[in-house]
Amino acid sequence: MSLALFWIFAILTLLFAVGVVVFRSPVSSAMSLVMSFVGLAALFVTLDAFFIAVVQVLVYAGAVMVLFLFIIMLLDLRTEERRPVKLAAWAGGGIVLAGFLVAIARVISSLPGATNTKPEILPGLNDVAQVGVALFRNFNLPFQIIGVLLLVATIGVVVLSRRELK
Amino acid sequence: MPTLAHYLYVSGALFSIGLLGVLLRRNILIIFMGLELMLNAANLSLVAFSRFHPGLDGLPGYNAQVLVFFIITVAAAEVAVGLAIIVALFRAKQTVHVEDLDTLKF
Repeated sequence: MSLALFWIFAILTLLFAVGVVVFRSPVSSAMSLVMSFVGLAALFVTLDAFFIAVVQVLVYAGAVMVLFLFIIMLLDLRTEERRPVKLAAWAGGGIVLAGFLVAIARVISSLPGATNTKPEILPGLNDVAQVGVALFRNFNLPFQIIGVLLLVATIGVVVLSRRELK
Repeated sequence: MPTLAHYLYVSGALFSIGLLGVLLRRNILIIFMGLELMLNAANLSLVAFSRFHPGLDGLPGYNAQVLVFFIITVAAAEVAVGLAIIVALFRAKQTVHVEDLDTLKF
């Protein structure tokens, strides 16, 4: 059962991720990306990371993708016209990707404990509380620095998107 | 039961798809979406490692999940700033096609 769910959501995630790359229309790509993020959130649930799954849906599938769709709407993008592909770019991309996949396969196959199934953890664990304890006890300073980073990003976005007054 | 290797292969495949999008697409928004896919692939492998290597107290490694939380926060800020830059670029050049954006080309 667990393995079946894993495969369903893994294939869902990967198929929609491929859709992001192959669709010609930016809106289709964005919608496909939303579905890919939802599938990834389901994979996080199969890993008992409920808090991360919820944050993934709220922040990525919600806020980030709404921002993407707003920008696509604002720029009024049509479906891209086809341009001649550059063979050198495709060949280079293919070589880089093949090398990367081989490297990943080698690392994973030589990883100790890669074929272990999920170890038992305490049942009925309060996931959100545990993440909160770790966040505020071990990572209090980084948490506050992240807050400052968000403030800086907000101000930066306002400055960047302000129209020059003439 | 899925093993750690299953999750790592899915994570690697997702990263490769994102990399492919960055390398092959010429629409700057799709390139940006490819970057998001790559960030998410990294998150998946972090959460998988945290679940498959519990501590001595029988809890999953929550430090990894805090790191994923930070990555998501930084990615959200990055998306906001990046899209603002794309909008400013579009205002100046009227294009989102990377081959038309060659002002810095030597």
